[in-house]
Amino acid sequence: MKRRIATHSDLREFAPDVLIAGGGNAALCAAIAARERGASVLLLESAPREFRGGNSRHTRNLRYVHERADANMTGPYPEQEFWEDLRRVTAGKTNEPLARFAIRASADLGDWMYRHGVRFQPQLSGTLHLGRTNAFFLGGGKALINAYYRTAEELGVVIGYDAEVEDLQLRDGHFAAATMRLRGERLDVKARTFVAASGGFEANIDWLRESWGEVADNFIVRGTPYNQGRVLRALLENGIAQVGDPRQCHAVAVDARAPKFDGGIVTRVDAVPFGIVVNRDAARFYDEGEDFWPKRYAIWGRLIAGQPGQIAYAIVDSKAIGKFMPTVFPPVTAASISELARALGLDPVALEATVRRYNESVRAGTFDPAALDDCRTEGLTPPKTHWAISIDRPPFAGYALRPGITFTYLGVAVDERARAITRGGDPSDNIFAAGEIMAGNLLGEGYLAGLGMTIGSVFGRIAGTEAAACAAR
Amino acid sequence: MPLADLLKESERIMIICNACRYCEGHCAVFPAMERRTSFAEPDLTYLANLCHGCGSCFHHCQYAPPHPFAVNVPKTFAELRAENYKAFAWPQFLARMFDRSALATVLVAAASVAMFFLIAGGGIASRHLGSGAFYTVVSHALMVGLFGAVALLVLGALGIGLVRFWLGTHGRTARPADIRRAMVDAMRLRYLDGGGDGCTYPGEAPAHARRWFHHFTFYGFLLCFASTTVAAIYDNLLGWQAPYSSTSLPVVLGTAGGIGLLVGPAGLFALKLRSDRQPNPRGPTFAMDIAFLALLFLTSATGLALLVLRATSAMGILLAVHLGLVLALFLTIPYGKFVHAVYRYGALVRYAMESRDSASARTLP
Repeated sequence: MKRRIATHSDLREFAPDVLIAGGGNAALCAAIAARERGASVLLLESAPREFRGGNSRHTRNLRYVHERADANMTGPYPEQEFWEDLRRVTAGKTNEPLARFAIRASADLGDWMYRHGVRFQPQLSGTLHLGRTNAFFLGGGKALINAYYRTAEELGVVIGYDAEVEDLQLRDGHFAAATMRLRGERLDVKARTFVAASGGFEANIDWLRESWGEVADNFIVRGTPYNQGRVLRALLENGIAQVGDPRQCHAVAVDARAPKFDGGIVTRVDAVPFGIVVNRDAARFYDEGEDFWPKRYAIWGRLIAGQPGQIAYAIVDSKAIGKFMPTVFPPVTAASISELARALGLDPVALEATVRRYNESVRAGTFDPAALDDCRTEGLTPPKTHWAISIDRPPFAGYALRPGITFTYLGVAVDERARAITRGGDPSDNIFAAGEIMAGNLLGEGYLAGLGMTIGSVFGRIAGTEAAACAAR
Repeated sequence: MPLADLLKESERIMIICNACRYCEGHCAVFPAMERRTSFAEPDLTYLANLCHGCGSCFHHCQYAPPHPFAVNVPKTFAELRAENYKAFAWPQFLARMFDRSALATVLVAAASVAMFFLIAGGGIASRHLGSGAFYTVVSHALMVGLFGAVALLVLGALGIGLVRFWLGTHGRTARPADIRRAMVDAMRLRYLDGGGDGCTYPGEAPAHARRWFHHFTFYGFLLCFASTTVAAIYDNLLGWQAPYSSTSLPVVLGTAGGIGLLVGPAGLFALKLRSDRQPNPRGPTFAMDIAFLALLFLTSATGLALLVLRATSAMGILLAVHLGLVLALFLTIPYGKFVHAVYRYGALVRYAMESRDSASARTLP
């Protein structure tokens, strides 16, 4: 069986062992794992082929446990350290047994990925401090996605593009059929088992508005516009248990000029640790130098979402230019702080006062971007605890920032076999979930770079394996 | 696209790429890009000529069209290279040959072959044997004089082009180590491997086919060149006149090289026909590439046919055709696809210099 694009007539006849909703990393790992165990597999990707891969298209690395340095990583990353990193960023809001299980299960990911066509490269420039813990995909996430699709096609996974699962027919936690739309036409697909790997609901602004209110209108969706959360909603409305807070998500600071959807990695602004960040009242609101940027970038989306108008402004001087990754949009520049304030639409007097107060509280130290240095403020609230250098050398530069939502954490509860848990507490006999749609089991809040791909890979493989076993029974 | 627009589009794309950098493992273009924060014409000329157009950065780009950012590095850089080739050509009035490469190649080839038919005159259809047989068709003095003069012109034109490229990219003085490293990189086609598994050419799956066929072509060309050089030494220094026996060094080198020049160009042509049209559109550069491949192939095919049939009465005609094609190949070298070798090599020298210079300063906290 080597059919590439699923047609309407294919689908009417075809009741696969495993039906997978989604077309990103988790879905593909599930499809490959299930097909390698002999199951017939139908994978439904809601995006057209050119935009296949969900948010995985925008990724570039993942983290997995390893006991020693290897070709991809510069040093060991043992299970306990991984767990402690996760516990810290989530403030303990994680399912510890499930998280520890997933961390252990990540140990062979590098080999498995390589065997299925993924290639790695030395760490990317501008990603200091991730080289030991994270492995970087050669060519980025789209290269990974292409490799997995090739592997899946060679194995005989049937793939439908422009094929969105819109509704599910469930009976007491048992999957019977899915209603899908294939290039505009609705039809029902029966299958023995179902894997939900269709992402979160971050691109569904109406749904975001349910929990965030009008604030959601100011979010920029960094990734795919296709993650509408229809499968997630269908599962939650049909008796599957929910995990996570609907307001929790992975969100970073992005350039306010970024497109509403799909701007991806290039819209981020890494200027924060090199200057100050003010809100629309020209007031600082958080320690810009709390920790290394790769460990803090993921909190700034939520911080900005909490500010009036959901906007903030990173302000740096000429000393900082060239020290952070180049931005896709040029900064607003000016010869003085008041001029910069006017150009950014801020109150010049207020911004001058904020910068003056900051400059006065900077204590001289040895500036070192590669270390948690001793350049900090004294007597300032909130303080800037590292890399605090005065903002005094023109030209000055500013970036308007918005919350850039990456993915949502509200999801379906699962167990170690990736089985969806019903509201009654029992696992479903034939519904599995992997990826963003269940990431909330591990991520109650916060984020750890590369963890989304770890969760998708670990639970995708398990979901595919378990679904194939279930279908064979 | 006019040059100014092409430069603007290249700059737009490089700014996006430099904020992303996911492709930095694929080839030299992206590490070279990362050493820059702005992209003026000299930078873009350098980067465009460093690019093999392998397609990996296109097929792996989350911003490739139909994404609104519409990032297409191979296509844009191919168009920019085509403009560079014209701008650096000497003499300038012949730069127009780049625009009608296929037609120009056919006309030059036809004229060259016809010229050798005229030179050979009536004796062309007779059978000639033994030492110096070729020179009974076309005189020794004419061959040496004609090809010697053309070789000098070609070297001059390519040299002037290289100087113009070097000045156009604001090149500084290279060290012997840079020249050596660039030579090794060129001989290995180091950056035509996509970073490991091959480049995404002709399709989306990484493959080494293009690299191998290029090796066949390149080393085939070198072997043929070596064959001619040895033959020239035999003839002019040792007084041994062609044709040489089938086990002689010129014939062995020429046969091996000739096979390379059949397999390589044929393979590259087949790949090109199947190549993804998005990163490799069928533009003027497509015609230029095909014309060059066809000329290489036919030169080799007629050379091998001459070797096999040199003892028959077809020798005279084959010799005239072969010499005509060789002449056409040399005459079109500075005004066709061949020049990519010169500018790519220059770009590789520049890359070696920058790699040596670049401090490994990483400034992000």
